[in-house]
Amino acid sequence: MEALTAIVIGALTAAAVYLMLARNFMRFLFGLVLLSNAANLTIFASGRMTKGAPALVPYGEDAPLGVVGNALPQALVLTAIVIGFGLLAFTLALAFEAYRRLRSVDTDEMRYAEPKEEATK
Amino acid sequence: MKCAMPNPRRKQRNELGSGNAHRRALLTAVVAFLARSLPAGRWISLAGSVLTLVASAVLMAAVLDEGVIAAQMSNWDAPFGITLVADYLSAVMVVITAITGLATAIYALGEIPEETEALGFYALFQTLIAGVTGAFLTGDLFNLYVWFEVMLIASFSLLVIGGGKERLDAGIKYVALNLVSTLIFLSGIGLLYGVTGTLNLADMRDAVAEAENQGLITVIAMMFMVGFGVKAAVFPLFFWLPASYHTPYFAISAVFAGLLTKVGVYALMRMFTLVFVGDVGFTHEILIWVSLLTMFTGVIGAAAQTDFRKILSFHIISQIGYMTLGLALFTPLALMGGVFYLVHHIIVKANLFFVAGLAKQYAGDTDLNRIGGLYKSAPLLAALFIIPAFSLAGFPPLSGFWAKYLIVKAALELNMWFVTFVSLLVGLLTIYSMTKIWGMAFWKPHPDGIDPTPDRAPARVTAAMIVPIAGLALMTIIIGFYPEPFVQFAETAATQLLDPTDYVTTVLGVQP
Repeated sequence: MEALTAIVIGALTAAAVYLMLARNFMRFLFGLVLLSNAANLTIFASGRMTKGAPALVPYGEDAPLGVVGNALPQALVLTAIVIGFGLLAFTLALAFEAYRRLRSVDTDEMRYAEPKEEATK
Repeated sequence: MKCAMPNPRRKQRNELGSGNAHRRALLTAVVAFLARSLPAGRWISLAGSVLTLVASAVLMAAVLDEGVIAAQMSNWDAPFGITLVADYLSAVMVVITAITGLATAIYALGEIPEETEALGFYALFQTLIAGVTGAFLTGDLFNLYVWFEVMLIASFSLLVIGGGKERLDAGIKYVALNLVSTLIFLSGIGLLYGVTGTLNLADMRDAVAEAENQGLITVIAMMFMVGFGVKAAVFPLFFWLPASYHTPYFAISAVFAGLLTKVGVYALMRMFTLVFVGDVGFTHEILIWVSLLTMFTGVIGAAAQTDFRKILSFHIISQIGYMTLGLALFTPLALMGGVFYLVHHIIVKANLFFVAGLAKQYAGDTDLNRIGGLYKSAPLLAALFIIPAFSLAGFPPLSGFWAKYLIVKAALELNMWFVTFVSLLVGLLTIYSMTKIWGMAFWKPHPDGIDPTPDRAPARVTAAMIVPIAGLALMTIIIGFYPEPFVQFAETAATQLLDPTDYVTTVLGVQP
């Protein structure tokens, strides 16, 4: 399971880097989504994988019996997913507004904040 | 978010008060957001900033009195709960954040138009301050990530608020690179948790030292260096900064310039003194070279620019190099210089951006080729520019001189001649840029042959903008003429950083 997760994380990261190297901002954004998922999986895997043992405390006990899954990374991943979702939603809105105003999602053509030298002369 | 900010009502009263400063700013944000369409929003923001300053002063007094203090959120004991810790470095950063926040809140009264206020400017601004303060106070790695995100989402919105092609373009670049750095940081947290099994920074120190696979620890350390390096805008990760800092409102770029990159520097200082100290010969050696290149490329970039704010933006990068150099040299004196530099720089840099805003108000532009004659028509502004500008370049007896002096002395004590040479050279080139601004904006006559008139704007607006400039300039002078208490403070902060026994025992509650 660990090996499989590691391969998945690697594949996600590779795909993310490939997409993020593109000039098109939308491709970059999709790359960011994949990279965000790779990071979340990394956190999840770092809590060690345990099969079929949810972190539940039986009624009347103080602690779970036997080995259970680590609940903390799951909480971290949940937080990270929520935050990541918010940020990506904002970025998508920003990209849409930029497309509306700048008429382009090609980052090579986005030279408004840093105009080319000859354009200023 | 839920785990990061427990419901304040449920929390028992916090006897040390270290949680108060950021909570106050956050509360202000909520109230300011609710009142965003009312004219009262700006006064709520101002009152909130004053309260944050008072809370941070109380925190500072407590730290000066008792040394390191810690508060466990929701009474979950460390290392299981989220801990807020204030040592000397955290306390001074919180105070300086509150000061900058207050100065910006006043400045914004003059600069920010009503349409932008109605979009929730003050709410976003106070959220930003809350995020920055939270990042300085937290003693928990994942909580640090959460505060970074609070700060980032507020800064994204502030950067593009008001619209316009330039801002959208700058926003895209700023958002993209900062999100990548955040994800690297997040992956680093995941891996570090996998190795150590803890997120509490104090607990992590021992866990990292005892970890079997020290090679992996160094790899993770590099991930943190890259993640925080992007935020701190060090070479070669700084490209988002000059692409974006010259576009938003001046109040916003001042608070960005003053605080945001410093959060990255602070996080580097915290992680690379508290946690990643196992392989100093490798990690800190890299930091030395990164710092030197940051200083040099920043100052060279500034020399090529002719826009007021673009010059200042590149100077942020170059000055960041000095701070990370203080960390990289890793001696008590160098860290002391780094801490001193951090505080001095926030005041000076925010102030210079404020001056740029007022200069635009008077002369109509920030491109130095299109403005001039400010010395003749606004001698007060000229005087107020000279103070932070010379302080930035390191003229005695202003604050920047002491900051540079400490760093250079630390490098000399280590017999690092090349480091010393670059530090002094960059100082000289900084003077070149500052005199360029002085000559072109203030001395030469206005290219259109007109006199920039200070009375173009209503007196109330000008007053709101000049008060924070004068206040921060006064602080620069005070630190410059009476550096003794500040240097002593920085010395204690550096001692605490290099020997975090106090920090660890206070957080974990273990008596030595």
